[in-house]
Amino acid sequence: MKYVDEYRDRGKADACARAIAAVVTRPWAIMEVCGGQTHSIVRYGIDELLPEAITLLHGPGCPVCVTPLELIDKALLIAARPEVIFCSFGDMLRVPGSGSDLFSVKARGGDVRIVYSPLDALRLARENPHRQVVFFAVGFETTAPANAMAVFQAASQGIDNFSILVSHVLVPPAIEALLSAPDNRTQAFLAAGHVCTIMGFEEYVPLAARYRVPIVVTGFEPLDILQGILMAVRQLETGRAEVENQYARSVRKEGNLPAQALIRKVFRVVPRKWRGIGEIPASGLHLSEPFARFDAETRFGIAAYRAEEDSECISGEVLRGVKKPQQCPAFATRCTPERPLGATMVSSEGACSAYYQYRRHQARSAAGER
Amino acid sequence: MCLAVPGKILSTSGEDTTRTAIVSFGGAEKEANLAFVPEAEVGDYVLVHAGFAISVVDPEEATQTLEYFRQIGELNELEPPK
Repeated sequence: MKYVDEYRDRGKADACARAIAAVVTRPWAIMEVCGGQTHSIVRYGIDELLPEAITLLHGPGCPVCVTPLELIDKALLIAARPEVIFCSFGDMLRVPGSGSDLFSVKARGGDVRIVYSPLDALRLARENPHRQVVFFAVGFETTAPANAMAVFQAASQGIDNFSILVSHVLVPPAIEALLSAPDNRTQAFLAAGHVCTIMGFEEYVPLAARYRVPIVVTGFEPLDILQGILMAVRQLETGRAEVENQYARSVRKEGNLPAQALIRKVFRVVPRKWRGIGEIPASGLHLSEPFARFDAETRFGIAAYRAEEDSECISGEVLRGVKKPQQCPAFATRCTPERPLGATMVSSEGACSAYYQYRRHQARSAAGER
Repeated sequence: MCLAVPGKILSTSGEDTTRTAIVSFGGAEKEANLAFVPEAEVGDYVLVHAGFAISVVDPEEATQTLEYFRQIGELNELEPPK
């Protein structure tokens, strides 16, 4: 496939890894923010190509993982109602709430459907005027324009049996929360290329300057990630802390302006709770006043519901790059993708899940050697 | 979750917020909404996420990235790995 295959070339990847090794003079810890990048790194073994001095920390950029437990519970409460068709991206269905997950609700007769786009949910609402169609609007800035458009079209076409359960989070406030934490180890960031495709990268400039960290906007294919790492290492080695753009074939400095305009129209910025991390100020989106009637929490009277998380799970430390998945005693034993204890094991893009899929035998043999 | 896949626009229809394209992803064809990329035309490659094109791939920048790797390869040949 054009614009995919040529960025997976093994020879070029090795050449880039050698170029990184040639410029590194001391240890550096670099965090990739996005779960899609984490998945690529572990799947293609990119971290294993790098010199030992480079540690990759896996960041909080998996929206499925950071959706708080109480929102999953709210989804379960809504999906179990007989009048509801509950629509979601596929990766939310296995995510455990306090006592169940969406798959189990479906097995017990709930009308839960996997959709590819929020517009598919809107079409279902149009076709089923006597049912309530609810879309689980989970995502980062990348997905916000799609969800905003579904709500905007519902309003302009008068589709009142449509609503969304909103779990939208924003990347820059999370980066700032990581950098200001006393146990922060991250010295440079690979920013998420598709989030920046929407938002541009001007909002990262003050962060790079204030915390003296290089931030490199990076794509998702192996060569993109390796080039992003090389650019970050060159900055670290020369004492620079700038925002650079590796993923220029998709990301423009100002981002996607029509998408940003629609986000601002349909959503407003609010404080958000992140699963495993806690509440971060101004780190989420909720429906703005003119579109508030499309809020599923209000429509079904569950806005006040609260739930707390399991205490054994260390996903908060994994999400902040403080610990690696195999440092958790429950990893691959009491906690697996089939029976996840928490955030980072639930989605295929979560760091624990990626390690389980590609590295668990390695983790076991390492544990056996100790 | 933030996965976006590049595909080639084969045809377009509609306008404004409902402007839609048929996009080929290595032969598999799917619809994508073009509301956020009003500049996109037939023959362009777009990155598609959740049924929406979110950017038009810039062919010159794409070539430059690959050119960068070619140069790295040549540099490595001049300077064998330590």
